[in-house]
Amino acid sequence: MDTTAIGGCAPEAAICARGIIREFEAGQSTIRVLHGIDTDIRSGEMTYVVGESGSGKTTLISIMCGILWPTEGEVKVFGTDIYKLSDTELVNFRLNNIGFIFQQYNLIPSIDAAANAAVPLIAQGVPLHEARERAMVLLDKLNIGDQANKLPRQLSGGQQQRVAIARALVHEPRLVVCDEPTAALDARSGRRVMDLLREVAVAPDRACIIVTHDNRIFDLADRIIVLEDGRITHDGKEMPDDH
Amino acid sequence: MLTGDAQKFYGLLFGIAFSTLLITQQMTIFVNLVERGASGVYNAPEAEVWVMDPVSRTTDVSYAMPSTALDKVRSVPGVEWAVPHLRAQANVRTKDGDLEGVGVIGVDDATLIGLPKRMANGDKSVLFAPDTVVIDDVGVTRLFSNGASPLGERLELNDQRAVIRGVSDAIPSFTSTVVLYTRYSNALNFVPGTRNRLSFVLVGVRKGETPEAVAARIEKETGLKAETREEFAQAGINFIIENTGIPTNFGITVFLGFVVGVAIVGLTFSLFIRDNIKQFGALKAIGVTNRKIMGMVASQAGLVGMIGYALGVIGTVAFIRAFSSNPFFKGFYIPWQIPLISLAAVIVILAITGLIAIRSVLKTEPAAVFR
Ligand SMILES: Nc1ncnc2c1ncn2[C@@H]1O[C@H](COP(=O)(O)OP(=O)(O)OP(=O)(O)O)[C@@H](O)[C@H]1O
Ligand SMILES: [Mg+2]
Repeated sequence: MDTTAIGGCAPEAAICARGIIREFEAGQSTIRVLHGIDTDIRSGEMTYVVGESGSGKTTLISIMCGILWPTEGEVKVFGTDIYKLSDTELVNFRLNNIGFIFQQYNLIPSIDAAANAAVPLIAQGVPLHEARERAMVLLDKLNIGDQANKLPRQLSGGQQQRVAIARALVHEPRLVVCDEPTAALDARSGRRVMDLLREVAVAPDRACIIVTHDNRIFDLADRIIVLEDGRITHDGKEMPDDH
Repeated sequence: MLTGDAQKFYGLLFGIAFSTLLITQQMTIFVNLVERGASGVYNAPEAEVWVMDPVSRTTDVSYAMPSTALDKVRSVPGVEWAVPHLRAQANVRTKDGDLEGVGVIGVDDATLIGLPKRMANGDKSVLFAPDTVVIDDVGVTRLFSNGASPLGERLELNDQRAVIRGVSDAIPSFTSTVVLYTRYSNALNFVPGTRNRLSFVLVGVRKGETPEAVAARIEKETGLKAETREEFAQAGINFIIENTGIPTNFGITVFLGFVVGVAIVGLTFSLFIRDNIKQFGALKAIGVTNRKIMGMVASQAGLVGMIGYALGVIGTVAFIRAFSSNPFFKGFYIPWQIPLISLAAVIVILAITGLIAIRSVLKTEPAAVFR
């Protein structure tokens, strides 16, 4: 671990998480899913969070991107202590700084691909036609410009995922989070998506976190954080040998 | 989002349109039917004040006055003219030998005041011929259902001979009874009994006087009851409302229309939200505020509501048009208040169901979207 970051936050860190504890109520008892996570996520890198099912990966990135409150600890994203923001400020912070790629894409079924990709811009108040134009640029870059006027259900799974990727990047967020982007894909398509993500989602001023337990793509990471039962057990360029 | 889901879109549309139709149509029928209680007043448009025995209540529930009442009323200051008016029940035997209860209305011999304004067939002056009656147009459809012309037909009216020589264009009574108009002196022959056969005195007021003032003066000076046209029409309407189960029956149907609307719309709304909860979660995670999501759903629900409402109102108009030739629906109109009431009902239905449905969206944690 980067020793300069312990205690304080390195100024260049995209995300600085300190002492993250998360508990869930399960009936009478409380289960602790994250046991005090300290880590920094750096811009310009594709960081993987890997680990077995139930190890707390989704919980961790949800906390790091401002959609799940930690039981304890603090998260700074680009220097902002996000859980000290008011609800509305936090919503706006996400809108302006974070791009999401969900495993099930969650596109809006009744509007076409370009409109779906333009959603964050529309939410920011960008005029409709301008939002669409900017979304088109990305769809073209992702090679599905010709599908822009189709509804999600008229697209293949891979095409829908590209629309979802376009939606995550259209407003040029500084942080992109993906949960299991390749889980539903075969090996070749999975690698293609990761190549694509690296191409569009990794930039010197942009951080990209990917949650996965797909060992077929581990070699594409810049950095791998391994979670086991809610604790970080490895952090480095390669996977540890015992995995 | 809603508009993209054809099944739910049409479900909502149907629910709203159905409710609107039921509420608008039933309230329209109710209002028109109840207003029939005033048809006797509306059918004698010249009368500005109706004078009657103090116990009389409506045009059809009256107790006769002594014939001296007419002169008493005429001597009251402010009375321009006063004419006798007789309303009675009788039986007619038709050519086929059927017996039918009819209303007999005796109008003023000289002026024919008391007769409906327009004739559907023939001229008012036919009444000056002996034994003549004018039948109302509903009566024609009831007594001559084969479509034959009633003109020249003979009737046996309480064993007296009567000849139909004209058809009036009248507002049907609440019970759609056949009505025969004849001159007052004729009517006395048709209707059995000997004395006290002056049901009402119809009064026109002098220029510069108000009907209210004249009515009050008549009551004071004669001891009879005098009501203005509007008061007496209202009394007829109130009589129907108080003495029939109509308000309850229609009230129940209108309420059911509302409940069915809430049920269909509510169910469809909840299904829609449930099917799209992940998408809503995604929007929330991305940074769309609850307000914007509510605005989005509200504007779409508003759109569906407007289309459904329009369909329901159009349906009611079409229904009333389609049945306008049926005597039961004669003269039916939609008072402007009714579409407003059903619009309010639609808004309430959408607001209740929409708020219930959207609660689950507002409660959804954006984090749920990663699960
Ligand atoms: N909302 C919740 N309520 C209760 N328990 C939860 C909740 N969310 C997660 N958990 C529990 O926390 C633990 C970690 O869940 P998490 O989803 O973070 O795991 P994961 O590493 O993403 O697993 P997977 O690879 O299967 O997606 C699990 O035991 C899970 O049951
Ligand atoms: Mg997970």
